[in-house]
Amino acid sequence: MSPVLAGVLQLLALVAALGLSYRPLGDHMARVYSSERHLRPERWIYRAIGANPSVEMRWPAYLRGVLAFSAVSLLFLYLLQRVQGALPGSLGFVSIDPDQAFNTAASFVANTNWQSYYGEQAMGHVVQTGGLAVQNFVSAAVGMAVAVALVRGFARSRTGELGNFWADLVRGVVRILLPMAVIGALVLVACGAIQNFSGIHEVGQFGGGTQQWNGGAVASQEVIKELGTNGGGYFNANSAHPFENPNGLSNLFEIYLILVIPFALTRTFGRMVGSLRQGYAILGTMAVIWIGFTALMMWTEFAGRGPAFELAGGAMEGKETRFGIAGSSLFSVATTLTSTGAVNSFHSSYTGFGGGITLLGMQLGEIAPGGVGSGLYGMLVMAVIAVFIAGLMVGRTPEYLGKKIGTREIKFAACYILVTPALVLCFTAASFVLDTPAHSMTNSGAHGFSEILYAFTSGANNNGSAFAGLNADTQWFNSTIGIAMLLGRFLPMVFVLALAGSLAEQTPVPETAGTLRTEKPLFTGLLVGTIMIIAGLTYFPALALGPLAEGLAA
Amino acid sequence: MNNSVGNTGRVLWAGLRALLVLTLVCGVLYPLAVTGIAQLTFPGRANGSEIADASGKVVGSELIGQTYTLPLKDGEETPAPDLRWFQPRPSNGLGTNSVNTQYSIVLSGATNRSGDNEDLIRWVKDAKAAVVEDNSTPGHAVKPSDVPADAVTSSGSGLDPHISPEYAKLQVHRVAARNGLDVAAVEKLVADHTDGRILGFVGEPRVNVLRLNVALRDMIGRQ
Repeated sequence: MSPVLAGVLQLLALVAALGLSYRPLGDHMARVYSSERHLRPERWIYRAIGANPSVEMRWPAYLRGVLAFSAVSLLFLYLLQRVQGALPGSLGFVSIDPDQAFNTAASFVANTNWQSYYGEQAMGHVVQTGGLAVQNFVSAAVGMAVAVALVRGFARSRTGELGNFWADLVRGVVRILLPMAVIGALVLVACGAIQNFSGIHEVGQFGGGTQQWNGGAVASQEVIKELGTNGGGYFNANSAHPFENPNGLSNLFEIYLILVIPFALTRTFGRMVGSLRQGYAILGTMAVIWIGFTALMMWTEFAGRGPAFELAGGAMEGKETRFGIAGSSLFSVATTLTSTGAVNSFHSSYTGFGGGITLLGMQLGEIAPGGVGSGLYGMLVMAVIAVFIAGLMVGRTPEYLGKKIGTREIKFAACYILVTPALVLCFTAASFVLDTPAHSMTNSGAHGFSEILYAFTSGANNNGSAFAGLNADTQWFNSTIGIAMLLGRFLPMVFVLALAGSLAEQTPVPETAGTLRTEKPLFTGLLVGTIMIIAGLTYFPALALGPLAEGLAA
Repeated sequence: MNNSVGNTGRVLWAGLRALLVLTLVCGVLYPLAVTGIAQLTFPGRANGSEIADASGKVVGSELIGQTYTLPLKDGEETPAPDLRWFQPRPSNGLGTNSVNTQYSIVLSGATNRSGDNEDLIRWVKDAKAAVVEDNSTPGHAVKPSDVPADAVTSSGSGLDPHISPEYAKLQVHRVAARNGLDVAAVEKLVADHTDGRILGFVGEPRVNVLRLNVALRDMIGRQ
């Protein structure tokens, strides 16, 4: 069997697995977020929090919950790293410097998992397991909560109430992420991922002598890193490390974990707004982009253009033998079209166009299918924009799901789509105007430019992957990327929740013959076009200077 | 809104309590439970898939690539490969730890060089020349076009435990000659240690270098 055919079959297997989980998981999540019942362990948690989970919140209250919880998380994670040296169970690792601790705390709280530290030599068991992995769960649950609040904004009328943040947060963790994580972690252990709490230990080698190895709760962290679209590796090599991703099967399983919740949330959306077909239209948009990007990535990586790759006879630099080009391409597209940022192969050593595809995937706003929660709300904001553009074309007041898209709504949507491009382009430009940031580049020319563009694209879009030749552990990058991650995560959430509140207050407008049918394939086409044009126009000049220049020269 | 400071304080307090209780659930109970089950059901894998040779001595992890080199000589920066053994892929991205230097942990990583990077072009060229030279034996010349991509590129982790079956086959003549073994016997050894795609289509065909070298040492010992 040729590697290309094997790659196509792996893609089909992935589509089949995602298709099989779509209904049960989507419906389960709809029930979780609609149920009036509180499970007993959840009641204990609410008692500990001191919150009444049945109280409905309007958008400002919901937002306060999101921001307060995240602010506390940020501070807690920062302090945990700062005192690591004094904590027992830290393997004797020292405390993390202030700028790096800020960057890492911002990164994990913002569901980004950008890492300017080297996992195996900097973070002990306590910070990894009790700090970083916890944020992998809760930052994902926060994203899902905000997405569900927006869905309720569409589903509800004349109320302004969006649900209870604490209930959504706790249910997301207890009823969705935890059960899936337990099962997934054991699957990964069965494949060979390690799961222990041993310290630094010596392992005998073939030629005599020993090597020092770090133990850790790797499988349990790996699974939630993919499932929660977080992406922060236990080891520096992330999912390329054999202890995180031992074989081809674990690789395919991890890609599945990355994609399963974001895709299934479209079913949850359809259920909750009372029209499954509306969910399918969104799903169709996501699937078209994902499959299209995967096909393009396989094409350029198998072609392997670029002086070093042509000399070597294939683009295997930075790729593992057990995954090959197909398994690496599948992973890199899934991780950059979601907010994951885990890598099983190093994007900086992809072909020029391949690197460009990973960049563009993030620049689309990570909505196909996007991060857990953030993918759905990002895509719904794009749908609002698409409806608005369609409305302008025919001269009708735009409506989506029975809600008018008026001045107020379109302002929130427009603000949402401006946040990340502004952060990415301004910080990238500033890095080149200033003297020192450019000293961090490993490669020169177009690829060097891409390293810095990639860093801010990844940070502001909460991805976390890197063109890792960039030495990002400097005060400039630690602080600016930290700021980009926080603003890129929480400013859009402000606009999403404001939009949700505004929608939930409306009286629904009845559907007429002139209403744009947003459940039809025509709308899917319009939505794909809108996404490509908005992202394409915004980032085209920057992409032309980086990956396009590199790809065309090869 | 007149008591917004008190309100903010209350929400932050609730947030802190939520974080602490969720840390207990996701950061303590969950990893302990998974570790417990993993250690009971798959102790070997959960602890790093270490393998032992025929004498029972641990020779490394099946999942982690090693180097098979000669002792470092004076004036050398990197030790020369020990050509009696099958050689792994290059690992130019591998580092050593720069913080917490009381340990000497292997730092996994890639080179992150782009396709047009001068260093990478040089590394590939040098590696190709070395592979051709090392593997050409009297009566068996290796052509540059025979060298597969994995033989001259570094993996993502720098710890790739595998090589492609093509690279393993390419080393057969050299390994046989250096150890005084029959070429056909070494060929069979490689074939026995070649793993196909899982289920026929997942992943790529590969040869685990450590397992192959352990079997090779057995074979040499039996002679």
